[in-house]
Amino acid sequence: MSILIDKNTKVICQGFTGKQGTFHARHALDYGTKLIAGVTPGRGGTEYLGLPVFNTVQDAYDATQADASVIYVPPFFAADAILEAVDAGIKLIVCITEGIPVLHMLRVKAAMQESGALLIGPNCPGIITPEQCKIGIMPGNIHQAGSIGIVSRSGTLTYEAVHQTTQQGLGQSTCIGIGGDPIHGMNFIDVISRFQADENTQGIIMVGEIGGSEEEEAAEYIQNHVTKPVVSYITGLTAPAGKRMGHAGAIVTGGKGTAEGKVSALKSAGVEVVNSPSAMGIAMKERLLT
Amino acid sequence: MNIHEFQAKQLFRDYKIPVPESSVVTSAEQAFTAVHALPSDSWAVKAQVHAGARGKVGGVKIANTTAAVVDSVNQMLGQQLITQQTTAAGLPINSILIEQTTAIKREFYLSLIIDRHAEKLCFIASIAGGMDIEAVAAATPEKIISLFIHPAAGLQAYQCRQIAFAFDLQGEQLKALHQLMAGMMQLFLDKDASQIEINPLVETETGELLALDAKINFDDNACALHKDILALRDTRQEDEKENTAKQFDLNYITLEGNIGCMVNGAGLAMATMDLVKLKGGTPANFLDVGGGTTIEKVTEAFKLIVSDKNVKAVLVNIFGGIVRCDVIAQGILGALAQIKTDLPVIVRLEGTHAEEGRALLHNNVAPNIIPAEDLDHAAEQAVALARGAA
Repeated sequence: MSILIDKNTKVICQGFTGKQGTFHARHALDYGTKLIAGVTPGRGGTEYLGLPVFNTVQDAYDATQADASVIYVPPFFAADAILEAVDAGIKLIVCITEGIPVLHMLRVKAAMQESGALLIGPNCPGIITPEQCKIGIMPGNIHQAGSIGIVSRSGTLTYEAVHQTTQQGLGQSTCIGIGGDPIHGMNFIDVISRFQADENTQGIIMVGEIGGSEEEEAAEYIQNHVTKPVVSYITGLTAPAGKRMGHAGAIVTGGKGTAEGKVSALKSAGVEVVNSPSAMGIAMKERLLT
Repeated sequence: MNIHEFQAKQLFRDYKIPVPESSVVTSAEQAFTAVHALPSDSWAVKAQVHAGARGKVGGVKIANTTAAVVDSVNQMLGQQLITQQTTAAGLPINSILIEQTTAIKREFYLSLIIDRHAEKLCFIASIAGGMDIEAVAAATPEKIISLFIHPAAGLQAYQCRQIAFAFDLQGEQLKALHQLMAGMMQLFLDKDASQIEINPLVETETGELLALDAKINFDDNACALHKDILALRDTRQEDEKENTAKQFDLNYITLEGNIGCMVNGAGLAMATMDLVKLKGGTPANFLDVGGGTTIEKVTEAFKLIVSDKNVKAVLVNIFGGIVRCDVIAQGILGALAQIKTDLPVIVRLEGTHAEEGRALLHNNVAPNIIPAEDLDHAAEQAVALARGAA
């Protein structure tokens, strides 16, 4: 069991024949992901990496009934790509692209509202259900099928959590990077509520960072709705105010979105907040043993 | 991206947002000419730097005579202005705005931002103008009005009226505020701003509304779409190292500690800084070398780190995913062979082929390259070595 994707999930790739699309599509195929088609405007009717290429997402969807689409297109074309996938009827859209203008994402979010489609990202590593389906840029080999659900705003910190839970023999049910942008798709609560409902997920690791208030909202949700153990790590205690720390969304403005505030909200919700990024796996193991 | 007040006010004029008559100068001679072209009882002389809170530190002066204006300009030009919002070094005053003054009746606050939670544009208004809005929000939240703009419907007249009545404006002033807010909206959307702030927005004795100050920030992700905005960039107001880093697609932020950090991934880079602090040290920088850790990028990253004379030890923290740790280790050794630094470099490698990577580091001859067992040990070692060297 897992959330959102499994071995039966049919995936298409937008930006399929580009450099990024090609590189990560190959890795996905090697991993065993059911990647079944690609979309590159103007190259419809051809074949690439042994898969059919379509001109539009609608064509690809009509031919394959794909469940999910992964987007590797440059930032100024990404909003268009997301909305094309929404319009075609794709239910899960994973946008890896970093650097999309914020106003583009505002329009995308408003336009998506009635669609029922889910968006992961942008500016994220994607989603993986280990040993079944990998949609994104994460290294497949560090993952192991298991019982921990991982959700994070940061790519490499997700990999740290994955690596540690693999080393502890716990493995992962599903891992989702929700992305480092201020305006993005699924948030912590969207993911954590699904982990809570998933019978194979026994514990949840949540990796947050400075900026915004999603960790605080998640803390309130966890307190009221989550019975599974939650371990969290929050970065940015030493980040200077007013500076964007790599991620467009990682910024403390007007005293809001501080790491201290997030840590204290999570602690009061009963979440175990570790203070070293290398302590996530061991803390989860101890939580599950007690 | 930040721009200067005088540039922001020019954009305001383009969008029919009223501002005082003014002139920007870079010399005393220009100031002399400017004053004569701006008939007024007195003039505001304003240092143009990319930071607020200028008034408290002599960056804004009121002068009553031409001689006093020229005097102030002479005093300011070429100086570093240090405000609450700058580093200890301050920012260079290369240009000065000379402005007509007007008799002011009342001061308001008005800004337009993107609200992350609501995922909408949001006007923030307050009758407490000219003050630090965060302090107003903390002390008297009832004095703050937030108005969300629906992305499909756009700014509505009733929303402008809501603010106008809260400001106790009357008659023609209602229309004037509507036009001003519509101008802010259009400017924000046309140029991909991330914030437009008018503090204070004033009502003059004659009842006009006027943007006395102007601050605009732009979305870095969108700047490439707007050549006119990019042309307003003043790199003299920016950190030199941070700009060099951008040229090599590195994400670097200068801090004030003595442990240089080189990390892949923004989240892990922040985590590394936090861990250094937790172990009793202070990070000298934030540095994300990104996904494709090539020799060239690592070399440039090391150059940046060692160019900071405060740095006493370097902590390299890399999680190898698709790019394997042995490849990264070769990159680090290759870069250090070119840089030839004596600083201790503590390297923590984890992830794909981590053992092969560590073995490569162990087998190298340079005594200052220290492979670490794990992240906690790496941070502890870096802190101890930096302390020993200090």
